[in-house]
Amino acid sequence: MTDAIRLYPAKPPKVYFYGTCLIDLFYPDAGLAGIQLLEREGIEVVYPQDQTCCGQPAYTSGYHDEARAVAAAQLDLFPGDWPIVVPSGSCGGMMRKHYPDLFADTPQAEAATEVAGRVWELTDFLLNVCHIKLQDLGEPTTVALHTSCSARREMGIAEVGPALLSQLQNVTLVTQQRAEECCGFGGTFAVRHPEISAAMVDDKVQAMEDAGAPAFVTTDCGCLMNIAGYAEKAARPLTGEHIVSFLWKRVSLQPGNGGSAR
Amino acid sequence: MTEAATHLSDVRQFHPRAHAALDNPQIRANFRKAMDGLMDKRRNAFAEWDLETLRTLGANVRQQALANLPDLLEQLEKKLTTNGIQVHWARSGDEACEVIRDICVARNAKRVIKGKSMVSEEMELNHYLEEQGIEALESDLGEYIVQLAEETPSHIIMPAIHKNTGEISDLLHEKTGTDRSHDVNYLTASARQQLREKFMQADVGISGVNFAVAETGTLCLVENEGNGRMTTTVPPCHIAVTGIEKVVGTLDDAAALLALLTRSATGQHITTYFNMISRPRQPEEFDGPEAVHLVLVDNGRSSIYQDDQLLDTLRCIRCGACMNHCPVYTRIGGHAYGTTYPGPIGKILMPHLLGLDATRDLPSASSLCGACGEVCPVRIPIPDLLVRLRRESVDGDRVHESRVRGHGLKRSTWEALAWKGWQWLHVRPTLYRLGTAMGARLRRLQPTTAGAWTRYRTSPRLAPRTLHQQLRERQTGSTGAIPARQRGASQ
Amino acid sequence: MSARDDILNALRARRGGTISAPTPDFSVVTERPWNAAEKLDRFQRMIESVHGEVHRVDEETWVDILADLLKTRGVRNLLAPLKHTIGTALRESDNPDLPELLSYDQSIEHWQPSLFNEVDAGITSTRGAIAETGSLILWPSADEPRLMSLVPPIHIAVLEADQIFATFQEALGLQHWSRGMPTNALLVSGPSKTADIEQTLAYGVHGPKELIVLVLEG
Repeated sequence: MTDAIRLYPAKPPKVYFYGTCLIDLFYPDAGLAGIQLLEREGIEVVYPQDQTCCGQPAYTSGYHDEARAVAAAQLDLFPGDWPIVVPSGSCGGMMRKHYPDLFADTPQAEAATEVAGRVWELTDFLLNVCHIKLQDLGEPTTVALHTSCSARREMGIAEVGPALLSQLQNVTLVTQQRAEECCGFGGTFAVRHPEISAAMVDDKVQAMEDAGAPAFVTTDCGCLMNIAGYAEKAARPLTGEHIVSFLWKRVSLQPGNGGSAR
Repeated sequence: MTEAATHLSDVRQFHPRAHAALDNPQIRANFRKAMDGLMDKRRNAFAEWDLETLRTLGANVRQQALANLPDLLEQLEKKLTTNGIQVHWARSGDEACEVIRDICVARNAKRVIKGKSMVSEEMELNHYLEEQGIEALESDLGEYIVQLAEETPSHIIMPAIHKNTGEISDLLHEKTGTDRSHDVNYLTASARQQLREKFMQADVGISGVNFAVAETGTLCLVENEGNGRMTTTVPPCHIAVTGIEKVVGTLDDAAALLALLTRSATGQHITTYFNMISRPRQPEEFDGPEAVHLVLVDNGRSSIYQDDQLLDTLRCIRCGACMNHCPVYTRIGGHAYGTTYPGPIGKILMPHLLGLDATRDLPSASSLCGACGEVCPVRIPIPDLLVRLRRESVDGDRVHESRVRGHGLKRSTWEALAWKGWQWLHVRPTLYRLGTAMGARLRRLQPTTAGAWTRYRTSPRLAPRTLHQQLRERQTGSTGAIPARQRGASQ
Repeated sequence: MSARDDILNALRARRGGTISAPTPDFSVVTERPWNAAEKLDRFQRMIESVHGEVHRVDEETWVDILADLLKTRGVRNLLAPLKHTIGTALRESDNPDLPELLSYDQSIEHWQPSLFNEVDAGITSTRGAIAETGSLILWPSADEPRLMSLVPPIHIAVLEADQIFATFQEALGLQHWSRGMPTNALLVSGPSKTADIEQTLAYGVHGPKELIVLVLEG
């Protein structure tokens, strides 16, 4: 009944990269940044071109037949026994935690459980499998971190983001009040209950501003879309980007603002 | 808007009630303050504990009790009967109300004093007794306040948490003549005086039960105020009412759950009173009720019991930690739910009691953030159960059958078709790539509004090239190095 | 069919079959390394944290200390057991500062209004205490009826220091509770309280406003 303790594998020569549909369409820079960080660790990154979506939107909406059909199409993408790295706690959580339930009592149950056991969230993988060392080349800056609820609670990696950011000597990480509280995204929740969702994200933006953060980074594009989109609509100065885009910019001295959501 | 009683027609009005609560700054402030305090207290209360091991113990104790539920209920009944406590069974809330009415009528009882009992709220017992000409007065201070206001509890542990001192002062003034005051000690003393009279006059005391111990035939009540002790000691008859799932095997089991309950609920290492009742007054004793009854209420529980996953719902010990930590509950308060049990536990329990049709908007009213499951002292996977109920609402799974009353009634042809379309595209990688690449190319045509999403947010912009495209080009070497591609994306 | 049979049958005919349940491991709530002095210190600290008042006393002095405590509070009378040595010691004492001693020697029905309105304090023995949570164990009896520790505004409890258990589980085991429970057993941890008005603590909402514990040492 307790969550299984995660046993990190040794650093592999090769990984699969599961980009997620949000990154594919809206934030491809975060995907590229993640791949380059992995490659920088000497890992060969395989990106199966047939990947589409992990199935989570339909799953959390109750349409499990549809979710299963789409998820089943992903199960075949990872024939080798290399880790599957996902730049999202939410999609990672879907694949790692919910695939076994979704496919229970079906012919793909075994395959689903096998795939689930190889899924890692990208920042967790960089920190705890690659033991990445980051050399900060950027100008001094201040950010807040929003760890998504799925990264925090499903994947159990709340410490990873702060640990990575703390390696960047010119980055000041501020902690907003109620950092562990949900930003109000919740997938279809944000459109089924928009007013409640808005009340939550309003508080999140306020908390980050109160903490003195001009910008935030996050482990998930859903939260990014929500928080940054709310701030933009409300003409608040807060901007956000995926943590992986941010990390890559800091260590590769890339000009410009990479994957900023604004 | 917020004083809606728990009636079926009201449960469906979740959205308007939630909006009204969101627009009410007083409600927002009262709940935020209270929930922040409760979260802090809980954290401190477990500071010196191996909390995860303790939660595992709590879950296993409850799971073991459920595994032996019919045997434990029979053992409990036998033991209580031997001890002189009469046991009654009720299939539904209505049946339980009738059992209690019959006991009252047989004693010619006209005045009932009540200790806190959520099951009695679930049965709408007070309302029923009033109709039968029996006065039922709540004695828990929070319940008393809520009853005076003609409201229902907005929290299962702290029923009047939605009200601040000023509101309560006004209410007590209006209803009982108490002088207006912001001195909580004064208001409390005034209520004490009024309720002491009622305790002395009461013909019957009705209480809930936190744990019913089968091995000894003992009813355990957890409380701070002493009104539970009063209710179960002063009137000549005590009727305890509880759900059938509240039985545990041993006193050790109850003790372990007690350690979790009070810390999870209010952050107390223990409540002022842990009251264990095993008998009515014995011939040589000078006080206590001469008659004690236990009413065991099913009201949907045995049907929850049938299913391995839904069963987890019955582990609940009613601590309220899930609501204290729920970002949705914190913002809309307990009344918006329109159900006896609000918050996360209400969302997974009420559909069984009222049907999924009546509670149609509850399972979706969660961001699935998981805070509730994380703090649950008996490890109920509340988010997973919410997903299960969402699935049952739309009959969304041909492999796993739907079982909850009212399942499938939320399925709309339009929405089902939309997900079918979504599936169609996402199982065809070539079409997906083609479609998304086309979308990226035509991104300037992307509408700036997207329904409810853009009511409060801007729409995310499609990137000029999808990740699939960029990586395919990179692989085939048809473009330059990646870093050059980074610029300009999603700006 | 009766409701009883319907319910039990539904549970027995469970669709999902047998429920698997791991055996609970209670060590997380039982293993405490405290010695006697640590248990007493912890008991005191915990019950004081919930507004209990603790005085360490001995056989020779406790009556006089109690007399002082009650006199300071202007207590007019004290409800005390008749048979327990606490009651006999008080009745034998010639301390002039002791208030009038009352006895609970008739059914509540005969004197309910005066118990509720005229008694200032009640003193009871305890069956021990729990260090971990700062809880007193009370088993009310004919000599010390249930309302004695509940209705008067002040409750004085006498605890023997060597009867402090580490945990509730330890008390349950060493005192063999499961062999036979009394009509009513109680854990009492502090005076009656409520936080139902805006999370603000107020004492004495229904039961005693003050809980005084006399710990008999030596």
